[in-house]
Amino acid sequence: MEYVLIIISAIFVNNIVLSQFLGICPFLGVSKKVSTAVGMSAAVTFVMALATCVTYLLQYYVLVPLGIEFLQTVSFILVIAGLVQMVEIILKKISPSLYQALGIFLPLITTNCGVLGVALMVVQKQFGFGGEAAHFFNLGQSVVFATASAIGFGLAITLFSGIREQLELSDVPKPFRGVPIALITAGIMAMAFMGFSGIV
Amino acid sequence: MSKLRIITNGIIKENPTFALVLGMCPTLGTTTSALNGFGMGVATMFVLFMSNIVISAVARFIPNKVRIPSYIVIISTFVTIVQLLMQAYLPSLYETLGLFIPLIVVNCIVLGRAEAFANKNSVLDSACDGLGIGLGFTLSLTVIGLVREILGNGSAFGLKFITGDGVLAFVLAPGAFIVLGYLMVLFNKFVAKKE
Repeated sequence: MEYVLIIISAIFVNNIVLSQFLGICPFLGVSKKVSTAVGMSAAVTFVMALATCVTYLLQYYVLVPLGIEFLQTVSFILVIAGLVQMVEIILKKISPSLYQALGIFLPLITTNCGVLGVALMVVQKQFGFGGEAAHFFNLGQSVVFATASAIGFGLAITLFSGIREQLELSDVPKPFRGVPIALITAGIMAMAFMGFSGIV
Repeated sequence: MSKLRIITNGIIKENPTFALVLGMCPTLGTTTSALNGFGMGVATMFVLFMSNIVISAVARFIPNKVRIPSYIVIISTFVTIVQLLMQAYLPSLYETLGLFIPLIVVNCIVLGRAEAFANKNSVLDSACDGLGIGLGFTLSLTVIGLVREILGNGSAFGLKFITGDGVLAFVLAPGAFIVLGYLMVLFNKFVAKKE
């Protein structure tokens, strides 16, 4: 049951883009077409789940026993950067077609603050669902949380790109063109997502 | 370019928020009030200033292939310093900004300036650039925070000037997007045109 609550909470209630403001750069940058938005969200889901798994293990089996938690930021970002590079190399070797689809998004993911943000969130914040006392996630819950957060990112960016495709065709006043109208659209979407608050 | 030009360049012409549209996550996430925005801006400015200086000083010795990871290590060192300093001396601000302090590492502005400016200019010029871009970022975050605070809470820099509540939505997530969107429209209309 707790897993279901984690998933619903991460996708809808605390959507990482529209309520936590993580991963705004790709959200604005690669949302001009639905197809690229879908590719980006697939790549993010993959990397986010993997990165959270690895940084979780790093935190509890290396940093905490050695008492060097202050190296969290440095070590997490290096692990994520290395991981992204590795995924890119492996993908290129074993599945060229998947690499074709996701390849161009992978380098961008290193600087997607959502990946580092979620990795830090699961080791820093305590969560409590369904009346339970707040506690730190275990490995399984962390990976589920990361995957669900990434799906939330995918949902937001895919919906948003659909709206932006329509916006391209409409006559927007000149100072509004480009990013400003996109931001205002995102604001209205965020308002719609606020309707989910209070579910979990 | 004179040093002063480099500094003012970052404030208006290459304003990181309104002209370059970089570093959107902290811009939206931390500007719930003018002071929070200001705090985040200063923290980022410190990291930008220090990392620009160090990167411009050591850029010649770093092989081209590993430059990005090396820059990230330098940047995250300063982020950790900011994080520890804030935790010690400004614990309440540290609580409010939360996750966004460590996330300065992945702020595109910092890495962007390292790549676009610091690695090909002198130490002094890079310091000026870091200062200018940092000031531009601080200024825009404070303005966004101020507008949101006035509309959402009826106060400015923590001083309340109306009785009762403001429009709460401006402090919450939707307000961030909408305020930034409209401020960007004003910037496009009145500032960017003059060039």
